[in-house]
Amino acid sequence: MVDIRIPIGMMFTILGVLITVFGFITTSNAGMYQKSLNINVNIIMGILMLIFGLIMLFFAFKKKKA
Amino acid sequence: MRLDLSWIDYLIMIIYFIFVLGIGWFLRKFMKNANAFLEAGRSIPAWVAGLAFISTNLGALEVMGMTGSGMKYGMLTTHFYWIGAIPAMIFLALFMMPFYYGSKARSVPEFLKLRYDEKTRGLNAILFAIMTILASGISMYALAILMEKVLGWDFNMSLWVSALIVLGYTYLGGLSSAIYNEVLQFFIIVIGLLPLVFLSLKDVGGWSGLKESLAPITTSGGYAADTFTTTWKYTSEASGNPLGVEWFGILFGLGFVLSFGYWCTNFLIVQRAFAAESKSAARKVPLIGAIPKMFIPFLIIVPGIIAIVLFNDPAKGFTLPLDAGGKPIYDYTIIMLLKQYLPAGVLGLGITALLASFMSGMAGNVSAFNTVWTYDIYQSYIRKRTGDEEADGKHYLTVGRIATIAGVLLSIAAAYIAGKFGNIMDFLQTIFSMINAPLFAVIFLGMFWKRTTGHAAFTGLLSGFLLALLHHGLTVPAGATTLVKGGWITNLHTYPVEMAQNFWTAIIAFTVATTVTVGLTLITKRLKTDEELYGLVYSLTPRTLAEEGPWYQRPVGLAIIVGVICVILSILFW
Repeated sequence: MVDIRIPIGMMFTILGVLITVFGFITTSNAGMYQKSLNINVNIIMGILMLIFGLIMLFFAFKKKKA
Repeated sequence: MRLDLSWIDYLIMIIYFIFVLGIGWFLRKFMKNANAFLEAGRSIPAWVAGLAFISTNLGALEVMGMTGSGMKYGMLTTHFYWIGAIPAMIFLALFMMPFYYGSKARSVPEFLKLRYDEKTRGLNAILFAIMTILASGISMYALAILMEKVLGWDFNMSLWVSALIVLGYTYLGGLSSAIYNEVLQFFIIVIGLLPLVFLSLKDVGGWSGLKESLAPITTSGGYAADTFTTTWKYTSEASGNPLGVEWFGILFGLGFVLSFGYWCTNFLIVQRAFAAESKSAARKVPLIGAIPKMFIPFLIIVPGIIAIVLFNDPAKGFTLPLDAGGKPIYDYTIIMLLKQYLPAGVLGLGITALLASFMSGMAGNVSAFNTVWTYDIYQSYIRKRTGDEEADGKHYLTVGRIATIAGVLLSIAAAYIAGKFGNIMDFLQTIFSMINAPLFAVIFLGMFWKRTTGHAAFTGLLSGFLLALLHHGLTVPAGATTLVKGGWITNLHTYPVEMAQNFWTAIIAFTVATTVTVGLTLITKRLKTDEELYGLVYSLTPRTLAEEGPWYQRPVGLAIIVGVICVILSILFW
């Protein structure tokens, strides 16, 4: 009916890019990251989500071709 | 107390909303008849149904409640997972699913009709329909009040917006849409809460740091130093642990009666496996769900335990709102932790995770409600099938859609009632939690003893429920201030904690239901013939379980893997 990996992959890719970019923009804002123990969690999580999204898309399209 | 979100947090939420509604929109064209809408056409792959299975269970009350319980009971809360879920999920998969799926029943009440009789089905269908609406109303209220208190969102707005989004995608795409969205929601919940686990653990110096900081707090509370980081170690007597229950109560009350009652008979959960594409896939659904289930404690309970340390260290500036009696409201633990650690960006993701957990739970309720209403109430008592399959399919599709709207509207009404008369809702929730234990007794006896009769099952179900009610009316948990907690007839026994009372209520309900059903079966006449019970009872069903694929992809192989991991986890945190 539908391969759920496609919407999941798309959503996490979009959110991943968005949060990574936001992380880089705010990287100089030290006050903001005091909460998260001075770690820029946005960049870390953004990249993780982007990788997860791309893996989902990769497997969905690999199956589609086969 | 107030937490302000920035534009990026709202943007993340909006992107999530677009995707959940988009999935429903995309699936709408497949909804040609009632079968597609209410049963997902029995076409869902095992891994999708398996993640949906666990995602439905991971509702807002579960996430909020289990983090709160982590703060109250520490690692003992994992008993709700490793002993209180996994064994029952394995049992459901290996021993019950072949009969559920093989019977072609479209719901648990319909299974009761096929195995027993109309009255047993009717009783179960009506109680289930009411329970589902109440459950979704209560979780809707809990979420909206949380969002109002912490984020300052208007109560009515968050209630209606979240309910209408769920209505939107379940109305458009039915059970398929609920299931596919539950998979998406599962990943959002895990990824959204992940940064919280890492940051909070890092803050307290990892697991060993956590143990060290907990020791003085635990000993001053009168428990052994490592009580909050162990599971079975201090359960030789009830007073040795904050749960207030000894090992036997945990093993039998939670591990057997409550958990088998919930996991093996609750249609809301089992429906995901019913939608699987084959019998083999249906058997794998609970096992695939069990794998993430075992690790969810690290996602939601561990942060709750860390909150104990934060709460007792004024330098951390961690607070919880207090109730009228001056006690902290533990349900707020998760959102206050998000506030504590997450900056804009990942914060939006964390809030989206909470919304997603609410939606997965509510969509589960709505899609179970519309199926039971359409098949077990409407089709059985109001308008029977005409025989024209195509026209019927269309007619019941319309009925299912209307039931979806009605279910959401009734849930909203239940949410407002919960806001106004919270005590009544607490009471009803306690009462309905008593339905599952007798139901398990009746279904179990029906599947494994061909003699069990309909009259016996009906009486067993009803008497188990009534006796549980009586027990609740005669006992009180220590420190109870309202009759909602029990003792509304008179007080014959006081339990040290509410949890102990709940466990014993369930044990009594189960024991009574079993005794009555067995006893009456022996003195009533069997009405169903062997032919009628073909495929519904163990001894009358040929064993044709030729499973394909390597051993780890077969149900039994998967069950062994799940069981072994679960035992290892239990030993590691003994």
